[in-house]
Amino acid sequence: MNEHTVKSYEDELNALMAECARMGGLAEAQTADAVEAVVKRDRALADSVVGRDERLDLLEGEIERKAIRLIALRQPLANDLRRTVGAMKIAMNLERIGDLAKNIAKRTLVIVEAEPMTPLTRSIDRMGRLVLSRLKEVLDAYTSSDMERAVAVWTRDDEVDEHYNSLFRELLTYMMGDPRTITACAHLLFVAKNLERIGDHATNIAEIVHYEITGEEMISERPKTDALKPAS
Amino acid sequence: MPSDAAELHEDGPMHLAVDSKHAAAAVGSIKVSAKDVDVFYGEKQALYDVSLDIADKAVTALIGPSGCGKSTFLRCMNRMNDTIPGCKIIGRIELDGEDINDKALDPVLLRARVGMVFQKPNPFPKTIFENVAYGLRIHGLANKTEMADIVEASLKRAGLWSEVADRLHTGGSSLSGGQQQRLVIARAIAVSPEVILMDEPCSALDPIATARIEELIDELRTQYCIVIVTHSMAQAARVSQKTAFFHLGRLVEAGRTDEMFTNPRDTRTQDYITGRFG
Repeated sequence: MNEHTVKSYEDELNALMAECARMGGLAEAQTADAVEAVVKRDRALADSVVGRDERLDLLEGEIERKAIRLIALRQPLANDLRRTVGAMKIAMNLERIGDLAKNIAKRTLVIVEAEPMTPLTRSIDRMGRLVLSRLKEVLDAYTSSDMERAVAVWTRDDEVDEHYNSLFRELLTYMMGDPRTITACAHLLFVAKNLERIGDHATNIAEIVHYEITGEEMISERPKTDALKPAS
Repeated sequence: MPSDAAELHEDGPMHLAVDSKHAAAAVGSIKVSAKDVDVFYGEKQALYDVSLDIADKAVTALIGPSGCGKSTFLRCMNRMNDTIPGCKIIGRIELDGEDINDKALDPVLLRARVGMVFQKPNPFPKTIFENVAYGLRIHGLANKTEMADIVEASLKRAGLWSEVADRLHTGGSSLSGGQQQRLVIARAIAVSPEVILMDEPCSALDPIATARIEELIDELRTQYCIVIVTHSMAQAARVSQKTAFFHLGRLVEAGRTDEMFTNPRDTRTQDYITGRFG
């Protein structure tokens, strides 16, 4: 792509996207640490995830201000307009991911009070890795403007849903088998749900990246599996 | 972005979120149709193979860098280029299906049907009233009482009446730049044209006068076919329903304005409207 004739405009747009990428890195780290805290029952790590969430909130505000300023002062059009609005929307999704990671960390502080349930945390670990790989993939797609990678993240979201569904059933089995585990299992269920929602935000970002690059929305129906339906 | 939003988009993804003003615009049938138009100024070719249909009751913006041919194209539509020695036009331009370059067609009559507003307001050195009445007089279009009515109606339609009603017989050049431009528009619409061509009509005006002209253009588009050449992307985006992008004498891309400014198809269009032309 050619550069803008006005160099400072080019710089501002690039800075906006760089800030978004940086925020993405932070959201990724928060998610990774939150999952690690649950899996390793690490109270200190959970505490630090909770403490670091504010940075994401601040960055989101910063990106929004920069984008609004750019719209006001530069009147971006076409792909520039899509990039500017895309940065704002991606920042919103990343901020939500941060909140969900923080929520996982908070629940960790309760979960560690109960007896360890190793098979369950192993499932959480697997699901966490999958969601993290999606998040990483979509952020790479964003920074490299790689549409194919974005589309790949979008079409593969059902794998995350499948993990969630199987964890859901696993947790039900535990809770029915031993009602003393209900508190911890209920929290783990929310942890799994939060991870599933982080996966959804990754697919949202994939849609935004697709729109930024092509100017078209993704229109085909994404495969969905529903946790509320009994397994067939 | 909810994933189930996909089903909302079955009828066409790009047509949902468009600005209501653009979406509601009832664009009319084709008023002017250019087919394979080449224009030469002596040896130099200014337009290459331009084909473009221009809708009635809509504003079409012609955009592009200086020297791209957009003003040349505009001037073809009322044979203003006839006045330039050595200018040769190949191809066909139709107004309601009639060839405007037909030898039998009187260019003076054509220009009554296809009016023009220029970059700098050019009132005649006459009174406000006579400026508006001028076209009616030379075409013998009205008697004395009709004349006064048409002048008033034209000034009203151009949004100038309330400002000049008490000084119709003072000189047109005593008005401000924005008022002069509206006076010239009143003069153009007094002869009941079908098409109004505007060549950068706001480039000499301040933002408030510009806004009034843009509001006027938006009102006039319900009755006329309007074609505007502008260097302001923002103005093209604000006033037009269709946009055509010219580059190096060629028509690169034409389409709905909202689509041209959010998702142009051609990279040259994108580079131009986003300020990337090297």
